[in-house]
Amino acid sequence: MLDTIGVDSIDALFSAIPPQLQGLCQFDVMPASGLDELGLQQFFKQFTEANLAHHYDCFVGGGAYNRFVPPAVNHIASRSEFYTAYTPYQPEVSQGTLQMIYEFQTMVSELVGLDVTNASVYDGASAFSESAVMAVRIAKKRHTLLVSKTVNPHYRAVLDTYTGVLDHINVVPVDLTADLEAQCCAVGVPPNQVAAVLVQLPNYLGFLEDQAMVTAFCKAHGALKVAAVDPVALGVMAAPGKSEANPDGADIVCGELQQFGNYVNFGGPYGGFVSTSMAHVRQLPGRLVGCSKDRTGKRAYTLTMQTREQHIRRAKATSNICTNQSLNILKASAYLSLVGPSGLKHLALLSAQRAHRLADQLCRMTGVSLMSAAPYLNEFTLILPVAAQAVVESMVASHGLVPGIPLSRYESYFPNQPHALVVAVTEMNTPESLDRYVYALHHALTQLGAQPGPEPRMPAPAAPGLPKSVMSRSVPSPHVPNHKGVVQHV
Amino acid sequence: MSESSTKPALPTVRDAHGNTRSVATLFELSRTGRQGVTLPPLDEGADETALMQSILPEGWQRKRPARLPEVSQLEMIRHYVNLSQLNHSIDNNFYPLGSCSMKYNPKICDWVGNQPAFNLVHPEVPQALAQGTLGALYTLQAYLKDLTGFCAVSLQPAAGAHGELAGMMMIRAYHQRQGNTARTEVLVPDSAHGTNPASAAMCGFDVVEIKSNERGLVDLNALRAALSDRTAAIMLTNPNTVGLFEEDILSITQMVHEAGGLCYYDGANLNAIMGRAKVAHMGFDVMHLNTHKTFATPHGGGGPGSGPVAANEKLEPFLPKPTVEQRPDGTYWLNHDRPDALGQLKLFYGNTEVLLRALAYLVCYGGDGLREVSEKAVLNANYLKARLKETYHEPFTQTCMHEFILTSRHQRADNKDINTMALAKRLMDYGFHPPTVYFPLIIPEIMMIEPTETESKETLDRFVQAMVQIADEAKTQPDLVLDAPHTTPVKRVDEVAAVKQLDLNYFANHAQGAGN
Amino acid sequence: MAKAEDYGIPEGTKFLDTHEYILFDEDSEVALVGISHYAAEQLGDIVYVELPDVGEQFEQGDTFGTIESVKAASDLYMPVSGTITAVNHILEEEPELVNDSCYTDGWMLEITVNKAKQLDDLMDGEGYIEYVEKAAV
Repeated sequence: MLDTIGVDSIDALFSAIPPQLQGLCQFDVMPASGLDELGLQQFFKQFTEANLAHHYDCFVGGGAYNRFVPPAVNHIASRSEFYTAYTPYQPEVSQGTLQMIYEFQTMVSELVGLDVTNASVYDGASAFSESAVMAVRIAKKRHTLLVSKTVNPHYRAVLDTYTGVLDHINVVPVDLTADLEAQCCAVGVPPNQVAAVLVQLPNYLGFLEDQAMVTAFCKAHGALKVAAVDPVALGVMAAPGKSEANPDGADIVCGELQQFGNYVNFGGPYGGFVSTSMAHVRQLPGRLVGCSKDRTGKRAYTLTMQTREQHIRRAKATSNICTNQSLNILKASAYLSLVGPSGLKHLALLSAQRAHRLADQLCRMTGVSLMSAAPYLNEFTLILPVAAQAVVESMVASHGLVPGIPLSRYESYFPNQPHALVVAVTEMNTPESLDRYVYALHHALTQLGAQPGPEPRMPAPAAPGLPKSVMSRSVPSPHVPNHKGVVQHV
Repeated sequence: MSESSTKPALPTVRDAHGNTRSVATLFELSRTGRQGVTLPPLDEGADETALMQSILPEGWQRKRPARLPEVSQLEMIRHYVNLSQLNHSIDNNFYPLGSCSMKYNPKICDWVGNQPAFNLVHPEVPQALAQGTLGALYTLQAYLKDLTGFCAVSLQPAAGAHGELAGMMMIRAYHQRQGNTARTEVLVPDSAHGTNPASAAMCGFDVVEIKSNERGLVDLNALRAALSDRTAAIMLTNPNTVGLFEEDILSITQMVHEAGGLCYYDGANLNAIMGRAKVAHMGFDVMHLNTHKTFATPHGGGGPGSGPVAANEKLEPFLPKPTVEQRPDGTYWLNHDRPDALGQLKLFYGNTEVLLRALAYLVCYGGDGLREVSEKAVLNANYLKARLKETYHEPFTQTCMHEFILTSRHQRADNKDINTMALAKRLMDYGFHPPTVYFPLIIPEIMMIEPTETESKETLDRFVQAMVQIADEAKTQPDLVLDAPHTTPVKRVDEVAAVKQLDLNYFANHAQGAGN
Repeated sequence: MAKAEDYGIPEGTKFLDTHEYILFDEDSEVALVGISHYAAEQLGDIVYVELPDVGEQFEQGDTFGTIESVKAASDLYMPVSGTITAVNHILEEEPELVNDSCYTDGWMLEITVNKAKQLDDLMDGEGYIEYVEKAAV
């Protein structure tokens, strides 16, 4: 090969790189030699064995949920032809990915009740931020966004990051249960300068807040409504998008699709979506697949409206996003086509049934109550008689159970809520695990000095399948780098 | 919107025996009452309707079910298997898509990414329960620092463009911290990826384009003229998008720094220089890595990716939070307590599964192996370039790095109807994915070829043979090329109609799914 | 060299180097604005034209809209300062009119000209054809 090229060494091919750079290029931390495949499997054991979460009963949600993933989903997602293809720029050899995305767009549009859905963005939080910035583009000369204080704190944090660098956008957190006009005036924003009101259904705390005030505000002042939604809830919840049948609906709906066939994966990769009406389609960020024809008249799919995107519009694109989360939405599509409309409704109901049963039992304890009387589905927030963080620590340590997210973890978005605990329940939490939860909470409250009332029935033995060695190990010790920070391989 | 009377025929797939089968949409396959998975019943024999009434007020209830597909598991599997067979993928054949590093990823890396002990860890569990994941991420941070020469890494960005956005935000924060709000311009070469100007614009910067010189490199005079006290930064890919290493890189970064600007490195082409040069040594202040591209996560039809950012001491305080850190007792924690950090850029911490595959890849190759990866990638590209330069016009004659560009100028001289797109489409008939075409925008009728290190000489030779034959066809049987592709499941797609008669949703544009 | 009428350029049409044209009617002091046949051909099949609202005012050189083909998007620049009095809404449904007949049915704006003197700086039809023939080499 070198002869064909006409050089006598590999080094000659790198002659454009200044020699002083090449001389400096030594690795100090990475080992010089690689591992064989078996060695690699063994190397990763130190990490997999140090992870304990999957041995615990987990009642944690807050934007990602441990749900049943039917094996057929990953069977399809691991097909080489989907898995090792690139973005479908050449439609003639990418019809599989393109049709899959078109079907995905249709399914999500059906769920949310809007015309069009993009081919996905990174996750729910970036979908929320992209939706917010999109609303400002649509509203043209209006630059204020009202964001409900009950929106997922991660979504709000990402929104703050995205809009923090855009001097023209002003984000005002609001309380949806109080007068919105008054809250605008309090920060000196005339209501007719509001581009959009951003809400979450159900909100971070799990509750469905009454939307009458938001609807009235948007109508009176011509603001758009942006709703982040829980996609599983859409199995039972009215489609949130604005339509003839639902004139009070949201102009833009966005959300996180992880629950459809994707594992929680310590935060990613997931997939976010943005849906809207055809009237606003030109402002959508991210890829879109359209159905067209080939030159013989056969139905054929292609990426379309690409002039919105960075590779054509460059600095004037609707977003800088390049990838979509194709493989994650393939999982979502495969999931939705397996469960269908009745399966999705069923799973939403089953989770909600268990959540309500758990909440009812927990609220029988003295000093334990729901934070709101608003309706909820599979997630709710409890007010405990003691600090929620302490309760979590106690239940994790003594009962092999993670009971939820202490709201104090997001102090800057939910100030002064030390006793609040956000609890999520899915079909993965068995009825037996609910009993263990009730018992464990009672035990934890008692230990922490509260008097929760009569002790509940002792549940079935704790966490079947949980190895003793795991239970007894409080501080796991995975591999330990040596003093130079060099990771040992053996 | 298409009328049902003119409904086009359903697309077909050719199976191994050359038979065609129709591939209807899921909505056309749907039949009321079918379901592809069995699910546990409601507890205590509860009734769905009664339960719905008890938990959800009337006004919140869904009245019309979403028209999701109702298909059996077999129908669902067949549908997607059939669809998959319409795709070209690396596991099928050569995929020399320039700028995309379509390399083969060892399946062992997927094995790592698919371990339930990683997959089932919820991001909000107490960190004591996720020490394995945190330890792996910490190790990855250490390796990426070593690879790039930077002192700090954040694994948070979800993709390359997301990393660019983070980097631009950090640069903005840095200048503001210096009290310098007048630095509003970001310099971007005219050959840059579209994400560069888009990311700068998303941060509120004005984009100033720098012309390339006749050798395809940054024109130092143009750069000098563009630098001013308004310059916030330059964004560079090196090797650049025409596959050439910026030989003057040390002067470029020095000039930008002297003007008070910072230097951003787009890591898209890192595959060419691993073990040969560290990005920090070139004078850059911050960069992103495309871990899915340079290391190991198959592209999945467009994603997911992952775009960690690495930075030097100057920009380290602004890295997005949290970062993974280690306590003296050897345990790991997520450090949110970084007062100057950019806030959060995505839900939770990063695309963990993709990052784990990247770590697997790095451990699999080791430092020497990575150097060999780059050497082989550069060797393959130069070999292909040498074999093809007789047949196709080569705008830049220098030794290339991991990719190179050609144009259809010679073929167009013979027949002006022939263009690069036609040649690209004809390649599909030979079973190859076309190179990247019409990018970068600085050269007309361009094709950018990146063979990657994982391809054998035999595959490269087969590709050369096809390219030479197509050039011959362009001369002798131009219609064969102009009408290509001929053997793909669908022929040339009408992209004009796709925009003018926008059809983005099955139900809005087609008759209701049959059978319902 | 080709003549202006060979391309269907109406007499008196003036051009910007960014390929927008203006046809000024001295009696009514209104002008039609669009893009040249050359620009339309270079863009290929035009699929979308975004135009401003009636009543908006622009200075010479301001961006007044966008024109798109499948793989390209270009800004549209105002040949002279003026106020929009009408826009060609038919282009929303039939953007291909710009390809078919840019100087007639494919017009984009009708404007009142604020500074007629600015017209003097623009190329006339013959000059424009020379300009694009040079660019094509």
